[in-house]
Amino acid sequence: MRYIGRYMKQFRWRVAGGVTIKFAGAVLELLIPYILEYMIDGVVPKERLSLIVLWGALMIGTALLVMLLNIYANRIAASVARDSIRDLRHDLFEKTIYLTGTRFDEVTLPSLISRMTSDTYVVQTFIGMIQRMGVRAPIMLVGGILVSSLLDPYLALLLLCMVPVLAGIILFVSRKGIPLFYRVQEQLDRLTRILRENITGVRVVKALSKSDYETRRYRERNEALTRADLKAGVTMALPNPVLNLFLNLGLSLVVLMGAYRVDRGVMQPGVILAFLTYFNMILQAVMGINRIFMQYTKAGASAGRIGAILDLSADELAPADAAQYPPIATSDYITFDRVSFRYPVPDSLSGETAADREDCVSNISFSLKAGESLGIIGATGSGKSTLIHLLMRFYDVTEGAIYVNGTDVRTLSLSELRGQMGVVFQNDTIFADTLAENISFGKELTPEQLQTAADHAGIGSFIRGLPEGFSYQAAKAGANLSGGQKQRVLIARALAKQPSLLILDDASSALDYRTDAKLRSTLRKEYPALTTITIAQRVSSVKDMSRILVLEGGECIGYGTHDELLQGCPVYREIYESQMGGG
Amino acid sequence: MPPISSKTEKPKDAKKTVRRLTAYLLRYRYALLLALLLSVGGNLLALVGPKLSGSAINAIQGPGNVAFDRVFHYVRLMIVFYIASSLMNYLLSILMMKIGRTIARNMRNDVFDKLMKLPVGYFDRNQTGDIISRVSYDIDVINGSLSTDVVQLFSSLITVVGAFIMMLVVCPPLVLAACITIPISVFYTRHMTRRTRPMFARRSACYGKLNGFAEEMFSGQRTLQAYVHEARSVRDFDRINDEACEAFYNTEYYGTMIGPSVNFINNLSLSLVAILGSIFYMYRIVTLGDISSFVLYSRKFSGPINEVANIFHEFLSALAAAERVFRLLDEPEEAPDKENALPLTETRGDVELRDISFGYSAEKIILRGVNLRADAGKLIAIVGPTGAGKTTIINLLMRFYDPQSGQVLVDGTDHLDYTRSSLRHAYAMVLQDTWLFHGTVYDNIAYGRENATREEVVAAAKAARIHKYIMCLPKGYDTIITEDGSNISKGQKQLLTIARAMLYRSRMLILDEATSNVDTQTERQIQKAMRTLMQGKTCFVIAHRLSTIRHADQILVIDGGTIAEQGTHEELLAKKGIYYTMYQSQFQ
Repeated sequence: MRYIGRYMKQFRWRVAGGVTIKFAGAVLELLIPYILEYMIDGVVPKERLSLIVLWGALMIGTALLVMLLNIYANRIAASVARDSIRDLRHDLFEKTIYLTGTRFDEVTLPSLISRMTSDTYVVQTFIGMIQRMGVRAPIMLVGGILVSSLLDPYLALLLLCMVPVLAGIILFVSRKGIPLFYRVQEQLDRLTRILRENITGVRVVKALSKSDYETRRYRERNEALTRADLKAGVTMALPNPVLNLFLNLGLSLVVLMGAYRVDRGVMQPGVILAFLTYFNMILQAVMGINRIFMQYTKAGASAGRIGAILDLSADELAPADAAQYPPIATSDYITFDRVSFRYPVPDSLSGETAADREDCVSNISFSLKAGESLGIIGATGSGKSTLIHLLMRFYDVTEGAIYVNGTDVRTLSLSELRGQMGVVFQNDTIFADTLAENISFGKELTPEQLQTAADHAGIGSFIRGLPEGFSYQAAKAGANLSGGQKQRVLIARALAKQPSLLILDDASSALDYRTDAKLRSTLRKEYPALTTITIAQRVSSVKDMSRILVLEGGECIGYGTHDELLQGCPVYREIYESQMGGG
Repeated sequence: MPPISSKTEKPKDAKKTVRRLTAYLLRYRYALLLALLLSVGGNLLALVGPKLSGSAINAIQGPGNVAFDRVFHYVRLMIVFYIASSLMNYLLSILMMKIGRTIARNMRNDVFDKLMKLPVGYFDRNQTGDIISRVSYDIDVINGSLSTDVVQLFSSLITVVGAFIMMLVVCPPLVLAACITIPISVFYTRHMTRRTRPMFARRSACYGKLNGFAEEMFSGQRTLQAYVHEARSVRDFDRINDEACEAFYNTEYYGTMIGPSVNFINNLSLSLVAILGSIFYMYRIVTLGDISSFVLYSRKFSGPINEVANIFHEFLSALAAAERVFRLLDEPEEAPDKENALPLTETRGDVELRDISFGYSAEKIILRGVNLRADAGKLIAIVGPTGAGKTTIINLLMRFYDPQSGQVLVDGTDHLDYTRSSLRHAYAMVLQDTWLFHGTVYDNIAYGRENATREEVVAAAKAARIHKYIMCLPKGYDTIITEDGSNISKGQKQLLTIARAMLYRSRMLILDEATSNVDTQTERQIQKAMRTLMQGKTCFVIAHRLSTIRHADQILVIDGGTIAEQGTHEELLAKKGIYYTMYQSQFQ
């Protein structure tokens, strides 16, 4: 909750203004039944028409003023909600975009997305609502009881008795009902899962004629969902009729008690009328508080999740002092010096057990001169991509050091370091934008440069063949492109950056052998000075590299040229043979 | 919760949809009749309340002049009526909820039954998320509308009309007040809904854009960082965020007017009743009790009128949702088996494609006059670049699609003459996108054959070389595989599907050899398991390995959706066509 407070703080004067106006409106509104009572009991006996009209006009005037004040206050509340949530969203987005790899992994992508989308939405709704209802409802409740006790303390006591009953109902429903709704959601998720399984596996289900079995499975879940849904519904349907009943019972008792009070001459009959109206106001207030209560629980949880991100320590990867990580004298471009890395134990955020982590890569050393090429091959989980992530400083090494032109990467600014690298990650992202934007990706390119990058990546003729050409709109995640087309667009993006180091992490797996081979020969011919690091599953993709690094379980089990490895590295030879048809 | 879409989608053929929806409702006609009675009863009883309280107040004339017997009488009646009315209202909402939920359950069942009968093509054409939202979202909207809106609409109507009549009964002169406030209420409500609806639509569009952008940028966060693109994406985000915030404010600007305005109309009617009431009271035309009844009746007005507008809006959304559900229910089903179709029990495994022409749409024929013979035990390799349409042949063999012309023969008989399920059972199938469901390892393997014994399942796992791995899992064969399969690697998943296929006992096999993103050791295991699986079967293999291709009896080279070349390895090499270049490129 304090995060909500933090973002509303800078608008405190506006909030204060809005709340004051709201307060004034609520107090004025409480006067209306009072005027009614006065008209009946005070003005009517005077038997002057003009006086009645005058007081009536005053009542309408008050009602009008109440409306205007409320509308004005609501607009202020909306503007505060708008401005504070704008800042909150901005900060959250910025924070997330700059989040380091370690942090990002801890929180996980789906969780970050839902914090950005649904959590901020919940908080926004709450900020607007708390300013509107948060003031009005309590004032109407407390004020209603106060003003009515001025009219007649005994009848007011009756009102007061209702409050705990109403509060009890609210508490009961929120305690009982909300968990029931979570159950419904759970059941719905299960049903959806079966549905999804049957859609994605339709071929298997049909091939095995499992329709009947699947239908049985589905029906069972559907029944459970319906039962849970009904249970939640029956509970949640309770408050409205019950609150209404208590209101109406209260009204009946007011009439009865009023009769005694009037009989004894301690109360005017018109007071009963005023009380009927106050009862309505108080009921509304209680229902409002009920809604605030429910919203508060939700918003508190959401704000907590957002705050957890905003509180993550910032700038963890700022360039360190060169004295701490001294440069080395070398003529090599890239140097890995006994590099080891293990994922840090996540903090409380993810709730994962703090088990000791094992090294992802350990004791890796190699160096690469400008213009040379390195191939990395090895099983999934052998640490290939980790090497790239360390080089680009998404994570910091646990031991050892990585140097670019002899400078420790930890002493370089991230833009300086990453600025010289063009990279295609495994399953890299195509953005929902034009192909031109996807390739240039923020870099100012002439049309010729764009064409060249696309041509060299082997996607140029495909793009020119499209009716829209480079203005072709890629769908989200490149859903309207085939796997091979996506990879070639991504390679074009990396080339368009005119990097001095090109990194391809499993970037040609969807290309057939022919296209893959052509791409490699184009790169060699057109970019002779380019240093490249290629991660691949296929031997054919790396066998012509100046050096090949064979990884297994995070350790280097072979380093050398293709021919050297065929001789000296049995694992490499085995991979080669199985892929080239020996197996 | 994502922003609720407030865009009213207009149903295309509202009349027809209402009719079909009514058909669902009419299955519960007696329950509905009861609901109707409860609704009328509950609301009428509630309407009597203010009249009773008025009568009670009329018995209170002043100090020492209170007719207690009448007060008691009316108050007692009030209490009884109110309790009865609340009870009826609660019962009503439960009854309607039951009806709504039951209908929703039936609809969900109907949709699933339908999905089971739809041809594979439907799932190829439609997105999974889209189909799921029929069940999880659309049916929910219909359910909400049926269980609350119908009742709300009805009771609002009874309340408004009933209150008006009661006011006339109690004191016609005071109805003047209502004559001013009712038109204001109606007019204002209509005006505001017209005015705010496009704003709500714009707002949800803006939120959709904002959410989409954030999701996309977060997914590509590493790429953004690699290209030092962060600041730019924050700038882009700010622009979209500003838009969304403005849209929010504009909606709220008008949207938050409604509450205070309705409240004003309430207070206005109270004031008018007070003025007129006081005047008439002064001239002894009305009693104090009449005024009090009026105060209570006039309160009942503005709420329901405002609500009716909302309900109408929701009802339209529900109709649009129902239309989408019905559209799915109207999709053409897989053609039924031939009348005298025979079950295919024992197969030799001879498969022949005779003069097949096929296209996914009739306008675009991609296979023309294809002939292929695969005698029992032969190996057919299908090769070609990614996305070239290698699965087309498989779709035809499995009857996921039927050809426009030509025949597929199994053991010399047109496969249309067999029942679909027995024909499909005759093939074992291992596809590249390994499909596992949420369940135990055991269930996932045994899925291949109902009534498989534990020994058979273990034997299949052993043959697929996954048994050892399974025994290392925390609960062995009873380990639950989660939905996204995150607790098991891709290679192991593939081995599990191979184990499943081992149980099939079929003479024909369809196999996709692709093992991308699998480590070399597992890949070797998978290969060995695949070889075991292929033994003695007629095999159709989407081939990725030279060893498979070289030993194939027939190779189909698929390019651009059609069969480009066909023949044995040697024949194709001699041709020096596409196959030749593909083959060579691997050794460059």
